[in-house]
Amino acid sequence: MSATIEHSEEHRGAFSSRKVFILAAIGSAVGLGNIWRFPYVAYENGGGAFIIPYLVALLTAGLPFLLLDYGLGHRYRGSAPLAFRRAHRSAEGLGWWQVAICFVIAVYYAAVIAWAARYAFFSIDKAWGDDPEGFLFGSYLQAGDPGIGFDFVSGVTVPLVLVWVAVLAIMALGVQKGIGATSVVFIPVLFIAFIALVVVALTLEGASTGLDALFTPDWGALGETSVWIAAFGQIFFSLSVGFGIMITYASYVGRRSDMTGSGLVVGFANSGFELLAGIGVFAALGFMATAAGTTVDQVATDGLGLAFIAFPAIINEAPAGALIGVLFFGSLVVAGVTSLVSVIEVVISAVRDKFEMSRVGASMAVGIPAALISITLLGTTTGVYVLDIVDHFINRFGILVVAVASMIALSWVFKKTGLLREHLNRDGSVRVGTWWQWLIGLIAPAALTFILVNEFINNLQKPYGDYPTWMLNTLGWGLAVAVVIFGFLAARMPWRDTTFLGDPEIQAREDERSS
Amino acid sequence: MSASAIIMMLVAMTILWGGLAVAIWNINRHPGEEPEVVHRDL
Repeated sequence: MSATIEHSEEHRGAFSSRKVFILAAIGSAVGLGNIWRFPYVAYENGGGAFIIPYLVALLTAGLPFLLLDYGLGHRYRGSAPLAFRRAHRSAEGLGWWQVAICFVIAVYYAAVIAWAARYAFFSIDKAWGDDPEGFLFGSYLQAGDPGIGFDFVSGVTVPLVLVWVAVLAIMALGVQKGIGATSVVFIPVLFIAFIALVVVALTLEGASTGLDALFTPDWGALGETSVWIAAFGQIFFSLSVGFGIMITYASYVGRRSDMTGSGLVVGFANSGFELLAGIGVFAALGFMATAAGTTVDQVATDGLGLAFIAFPAIINEAPAGALIGVLFFGSLVVAGVTSLVSVIEVVISAVRDKFEMSRVGASMAVGIPAALISITLLGTTTGVYVLDIVDHFINRFGILVVAVASMIALSWVFKKTGLLREHLNRDGSVRVGTWWQWLIGLIAPAALTFILVNEFINNLQKPYGDYPTWMLNTLGWGLAVAVVIFGFLAARMPWRDTTFLGDPEIQAREDERSS
Repeated sequence: MSASAIIMMLVAMTILWGGLAVAIWNINRHPGEEPEVVHRDL
């Protein structure tokens, strides 16, 4: 390999093997959304029939987009900004836009992990009593009126600090000893813990009622546009594609690795875990409905409501409640940490590449400000509102927009998808045909644009939640615009003279020929 | 559980878990080339 490239890779670090990369990528993809979003989305959108739009979305948008990220990161061997910069000098802003989004996500994502960690302990003595909702917003979060306040809640702040200390330690250890080693241990633990949870949930009375509600097909739903939107949205948000994570991780894999085969494993592992989560969650909801003498549709929910209100209610009634609680909230923590690590790595990797900083230096330069902002905004009585607004807007008008922009830019403006297809096919065990370029250049962006326009209209017609307008305009719309501005301003910063900005693959081949 | 729910559950399991099994089998058939030196980023 070329001395230039070898020096660059020595500086950046790498995963020790393809297996470690795959586990890290699965760790990134399998997150909170797999556990608390997929089951409800499937239930609400056709039940058993949802598998059809879900598979179509996986095969026509999810996996092709995952391979685009893999191709870009693996070919250009850099963080998102460096990979885009090496692809085309005008493309760097897209990478920094993704970096800014990841920084924002990391800030609030850590808080949910902290809550889940605290709830794992609450499960042991069912600290929420007979009123999980009142406990969550009253005793635990001490939520006041919507706004931004600085009344810290020790029950949130302390675990949040611990989450950040743990994450910064992992990041400072580096790509292999930090991210790689964490994934190698955490991913098997996550799968084993969740399988144990599913087994326990399936033994509960009424579990089959829940599974019946989840899997009974409503074939008429396939004719509804909203069901297809939900399928594409679920696949897109679930796979960690489009915001730099997979670009960054792919840059840490050996040059001659099989990226297409790895992509299929990651994609199906992510979807396979979602199915497992659906079975576990709806078996538990079936039990809850049976115990309450009601129907599943009366108790089915998603997101924070499922995790922190419905599950505590299930834990109260279930024979092995404490065990279910520890397994469920423990799984949330493990899934959350491996995803948070991948999100913050996008930022750290970009800072390292741009400023040629050391691993520890970049980890601290990124992690400490992120932790301070996170603790200041999320560790308070108003943290839950900040989280809700930022999460809603940055997912839709941050990630979705940059994903569509990057696909269109790479396909039609910079015309790089042909080159990336050749690159993926060079060592890939699964051949990628020209159809992939059509999926990436047309089908996937069209589907995501449709979702985006739909969301935009919905949010304009009915402002999100019952929040004050100034909160929606700053933490919502304002932040979504700010990450774009930041992206293209950051791209104007010059690179160090020593940073190689050409195509590393061409350089490596030339050096191989001349040696 | 109704018969249609059981069938759809089995279909989903077969496709998603079966797809994962096939994908793992596929990469095991193509071990590829692992990096000779593992760099520690410092």
